Amino acid sequence: MSLNGWLQILLFIVLILLLAKPMGSYMTCVFERRRTWADPLLGPIERLLYRMTGVDADHEMRWTEYALAMLVFSGATLVLTYVVERLQAVLPLNVQHLPAVAPDVALNTAISFTTNTNWQSYVPESTMSYLTQMLGLATHNFWSAAVGLALAIAFVRGIARRESKTLGNFWVDLTRGTLWVLLPISFVFAIALVSQGVVQNFRPYDKATLVEPQTVTGTDGKAQTVTTQTIAQGPVASQEAIKMLGTNGGGFFNANSAHPFENPTPLTNFLQLLSIFVIPAGLTVTLGQMVGSPKHGRAVLAAMTILFAVGVVTCYWAEAQPNPLMHNVDQAHTQMQPGGNMEGKEVRFGIANSALFATVTTDASCGAVNAMHDSFTPLGGMVPMVNILLGEIVFGGVGAGLYGMLVFVVVAVFIAGLMVGRTPEYLGKKIESYDVQMSMLYLLIFPLIILGFAAVSVLMPTTGLSVLANKGPHGLSEVLYAYASATGNNGSAFAGSNWNTHWYNYSIGIAMFFGRFLMIIPMLAIAGNLAKKKIVPESAGTFPVTTPLFTVLLVSVIVIVGALTFFPAISLGPVLEHLLLHAGHTF
Amino acid sequence: MKKHIITSILYTVITAVLLGIVYPLAVTGVARVLFPKQAEGELITRDGKLVGSALIGQAFTGKGYFHSRPSNAGTGYDASASSGSNLAATSKALIDRTQASVTAEENGTPVPVDLVTASASGLDPDISPAAALYQVPRVAAQRNLPPKLVESLVQQHIAQRQLGLLGEPRVNVLELNLALNAMAAKD
Repeated sequence: MSLNGWLQILLFIVLILLLAKPMGSYMTCVFERRRTWADPLLGPIERLLYRMTGVDADHEMRWTEYALAMLVFSGATLVLTYVVERLQAVLPLNVQHLPAVAPDVALNTAISFTTNTNWQSYVPESTMSYLTQMLGLATHNFWSAAVGLALAIAFVRGIARRESKTLGNFWVDLTRGTLWVLLPISFVFAIALVSQGVVQNFRPYDKATLVEPQTVTGTDGKAQTVTTQTIAQGPVASQEAIKMLGTNGGGFFNANSAHPFENPTPLTNFLQLLSIFVIPAGLTVTLGQMVGSPKHGRAVLAAMTILFAVGVVTCYWAEAQPNPLMHNVDQAHTQMQPGGNMEGKEVRFGIANSALFATVTTDASCGAVNAMHDSFTPLGGMVPMVNILLGEIVFGGVGAGLYGMLVFVVVAVFIAGLMVGRTPEYLGKKIESYDVQMSMLYLLIFPLIILGFAAVSVLMPTTGLSVLANKGPHGLSEVLYAYASATGNNGSAFAGSNWNTHWYNYSIGIAMFFGRFLMIIPMLAIAGNLAKKKIVPESAGTFPVTTPLFTVLLVSVIVIVGALTFFPAISLGPVLEHLLLHAGHTF
Repeated sequence: MKKHIITSILYTVITAVLLGIVYPLAVTGVARVLFPKQAEGELITRDGKLVGSALIGQAFTGKGYFHSRPSNAGTGYDASASSGSNLAATSKALIDRTQASVTAEENGTPVPVDLVTASASGLDPDISPAAALYQVPRVAAQRNLPPKLVESLVQQHIAQRQLGLLGEPRVNVLELNLALNAMAAKD
C-alpha cells in the first residue's frame, strides 16, 4: 500500500460524489420530459422513432403493461443477437473469416448480453466478427442499460406518484435514456479513449515480425519457432465506451479492460472507473428529486459510499500483501515497483488501480476487469464476490442498482416499523404485507438460483468439477463466483475454468435469465402497488428516511441479509483458502 | 400484446442500425481524422517492416535483451489470444512456475515480483523500473556494453505516473529493446 495508491482511490470517490449532482439533475430533466440543451438535435430523432415504431408517447402504462413491453422488447433483441451470431460467416465485416458461433455459445451469449450480464464463455477475438461485436453485442450494451434505467425510473415513479395506476411509458423511458443519456456520453467518451490509444478500425489483424524470434512449446508439446505476432484489431473504442457506461462489462477482447487496446493508460483506466459509477451515483440524486426528498437520495448515496469504502480498503490491503509461498521474490512496495500480488495484474495499473477496479466493477453490475480476479489473494478475491452476493446495490448497475437498493430500503423501513411497533411508512406510503412479500421474493430468488446451481455443479465430478482450473477451496470459489456473477448479471469471473461446456453454457444462461427477469417482476409489482397508495401525513412515529440513523440501518440490513444467506458458502471458499495459504498448503 | 410485438421488432431493427452501425462508424470517422495513429494501434515499423505495437508486449528471453513478464496469451504474447494464467494464490502450478522464473532471472538478490508473475492480459507491454534495472548487469555483460550506459538507457525509458498521479511508473520493454538494438548498431 502506498500514499499514492490511497490518493488515487480518494480522488475517485471525491469525483464520483461531485459528478452525482449534475448527472442526477440532468437525468431528472430527461425522464420528466423537461427541456434540455440537447432537445434541438435529439427531439426530431425521438419523434421520428416514435412515428416509425407506432409509439404513443403520451400513453401511460400500468406496471403489468410496462413489464410486458420490457419482456417483449428484450425477447426481440435477444433473437437479433442470436441470428447475427449464427449467420456471421455469411454477413459482411468478417475480416478474419470466422465461422458461425456454435448454438450453445450463441444462446448463452445472447442471454448474457440481453440481461446486461456480459458473461463470456468464448474468446472474442477468435470467435466474434466485427459485425457481430457491433450489431449483436454493442447494441445490447445500450439496450440493456437503457432498460435498467427505465425500470429504475418506473420504480421511482411508483414511490413518487400518489393514487395513480400507472408508472410511465416504457418506450419513452427507453428512448430518452438511450438518446439523451447513453449515446452522447458514449460518443465523447469513445473519442477520448481513442486519443489515449484504444483502437477503432476495421483492419484485418496485423502481423508483426518479432524483434527476437522465440522458441516455444506448442499445444502438441513439440518445440516450435515463433517469428511473428498476430495483433487483433477492431472497432473497440465505440464498444468500450458503452461497455463501461452501461455497466455491461463484456470485453471486445478476452482479457477485457486488462488488454492494452481496451485500456492502454492509467488515464483510460481512471475514466473507465468513473464511467461505471457516474450514472448509478447520479440516480440517487434523481431519486431524491423525483420523490421530493433530496435528503433521502443523499442518505441512500451515503449508504452506498460506506459499503464501497469498506470493500476497496479491504481489497487494496489484501492485494498489497506478499504471497507467503513465493521465495527469493521481492514483493515489497517501493518507488520503483508496485510489489504485492502481481499475478494477473498489469504493471501500468499496479495494485491500487487493480483493487479499485475489482471493487467498482462488482459493486456495480459491470463485470469488466483490468486484473484477473481468479488470481487475487483469497481475501482480495472475496471482496468482489461479496459485492456481487450483496446484490450489486453499492451504486450498482445502471438502473438495476437503484431498484435493488430500493427493495432493501423497503425492507429496512419495514424492520424499523417492527422495532417501534407501528405500521411502517416509506415517504408517506404505508408499507403493507404485499410490499414486504414481494421484497422478500426479490431477495430470496437471488440466493436460491446461486446456491442451487452451485450445489448441483459441485456434486457432479465430471460435468461440474473437472472443468475447474484450481483445486481445493478455490475451486468452490470459482463455481460460487460463476453463478453469483451470472445471477447478479455481473459477468466477471474467476475465469480460469473452462466454462464453455454444455452444462455451464445452459445452466449459467438460465441463471442469467432468471436473475434478471424473475427479479424484475416482483420489483415492478412493488412499484405498481406503491403508486396506488395514498399519502399519510407524517407524524411523530414516522421513521425518517433522511437521517444518518436511516443510513446505518440500511447498511446493517444489507450486511445482515447477505451474511445470513452466504456466510457458510464464503467460509468454505475464500476464508478456508486464506487459512490454508498461510498454513503453507498448495493444491 | 400484438402491438407491443410489432413495436418491439421495429424498434429493435431501427435502433440496431443507429447504435450498431451509425454510431461505431461515426466514432471511426472522427477517430480517423483526429487520432489516426492511435486508432490503428500505435504500430511500430523498422526498415519498412512492422515489428509490433507500442501498446502490446512481446516476448524477449535472450540474455542480451530485457525480458518481458511471463505470459499466458496463447503460447506467449499472442496478441490474438489475450489471457491471464488465472491460477490461484494457493495453486501449486503457480508457485512452481514462479520459482522456475526466479531461477532463470535471479542475480543474487530477490527478483522484483512483476518480472516473475504473469500479467492479466498476457500482453503487458511494461515491466516496473525495478524489474528493468534488475536486468542491467546481465544485458550489459552479454552485449559488452558499460553497465552505466545501459542503466542510463533504462532511466530514459521510465514512464512516470500519468499526470503525476495516476497508475504506476513503468518501462516499455519493446521500446527499450529497440533502443538497445539501435545503440548497439551505432557502436
